[in-house]
Amino acid sequence: MKREKLRAHAPLDEPKPVTDLRVRQIRARDLLRGDLEGPDLEQHVEESVLTTTMHKALGWGRANSIFPATFGLACCAIEMMSIVSPRYDIARFGAENLRASPRQADLLILSGRVSIKMAPVCRRIYDQMLEPKWVMAMGACSSSGGMFANYAVVQGADKFMPVDIHVPGCPPRPEAVVYGFNKLQRMILGNPDPGWRKRYNGAGTEEWAREATGEASPEEIAAYEAARDLAATHESSRSQASRGGRA
Amino acid sequence: MPDAPGLELIAKELNDAAEGSVLGTYHEHGEACLIADPDRILDILRWLRDTPSQEYRFLSSLHGVDYLPAKPRFGVVYELLNMPRVERLRVRAAIDDPGGEELPELDSCVELFPGAEFHEREVYDFFGIVFRGHPDMRRILMPEEYVGWPQRRDFPLGGEPVIFTRDEPAMPRWYE
Repeated sequence: MKREKLRAHAPLDEPKPVTDLRVRQIRARDLLRGDLEGPDLEQHVEESVLTTTMHKALGWGRANSIFPATFGLACCAIEMMSIVSPRYDIARFGAENLRASPRQADLLILSGRVSIKMAPVCRRIYDQMLEPKWVMAMGACSSSGGMFANYAVVQGADKFMPVDIHVPGCPPRPEAVVYGFNKLQRMILGNPDPGWRKRYNGAGTEEWAREATGEASPEEIAAYEAARDLAATHESSRSQASRGGRA
Repeated sequence: MPDAPGLELIAKELNDAAEGSVLGTYHEHGEACLIADPDRILDILRWLRDTPSQEYRFLSSLHGVDYLPAKPRFGVVYELLNMPRVERLRVRAAIDDPGGEELPELDSCVELFPGAEFHEREVYDFFGIVFRGHPDMRRILMPEEYVGWPQRRDFPLGGEPVIFTRDEPAMPRWYE
């Protein structure tokens, strides 16, 4: 009797979005029993199933459950530690779980200067991490050597391991680390922020592709063009998406 | 802290006990220093440690210095401390650079002050001064396969050259 009343509230021949939770529950029960048929069934499926690509689903899962490694190098580590505190609360982005083993970690935060004695250790920890894995160079020292232009410190961590994101600062505030982390999440989702490449129209002009002397090699030219094409496709897809969203 | 006459007295007594081992003294900023003959550094340290009127029983620090371009080039400085009287005395041994690949050498004082072991390793690590008779003469802070003696004055500073905006006019087309 009650159900009849509720059904009267949601006429079957008009497929408009069902907002009443009780109605949705009753429909779901009908579906399981096999009673739901016709446009009713179609509407129910349309409203409750989401389609996506495997890549996007994986990226979504990975980006929102990154486990950073518990690994501090120097003074930046103090700032890194506070990102899990309630004030900065990186748990909002699913990364509050700092793993004590590189085997369980996805993200290595190089928080501080890397001395030449520590570089093999960092590299080893990176090698021990399971794929997929990401590296954040936090602060000036691990990005470029910082103020330690001397015999004991490696001038930038990307000399011995691939770095996905650099966070500037000396040391960066925890907000900056969280911001860099959000950029990393966007990168994992397949939607990287082109940053300075967009601002200065500089996609494909990265310095590693430029040879100081002589002609560029065919590989370098290919890398150039690939980077430029990638940036162009990203740009067009983004602008299309934003236009579609507004319309 | 022995005052200037006290320091001269110590030097005289030392020279009487171990002939010609003290080359000079100086007393500056209220700090007393004996300049020692590097070949007889152990005699001096032992005398300062064991003589009843001296009893500098604690080696609070041992460090190396590079005085390039002065000759002799290297110095090893011993900071001695008499704990009951709270008196400090500095002993400096000046060593010449043998030149080439050869390393300067000095007697190890680990038998007198066991705490000097790590200090001497550090001096070896950064200045390349070998301590004869040291039980374990290897690098302590730098990686073991490191080449060179990084705190010597003729060692390159390292790092990478950085162009600042203020230097750009002085170096046109530096980026090429």
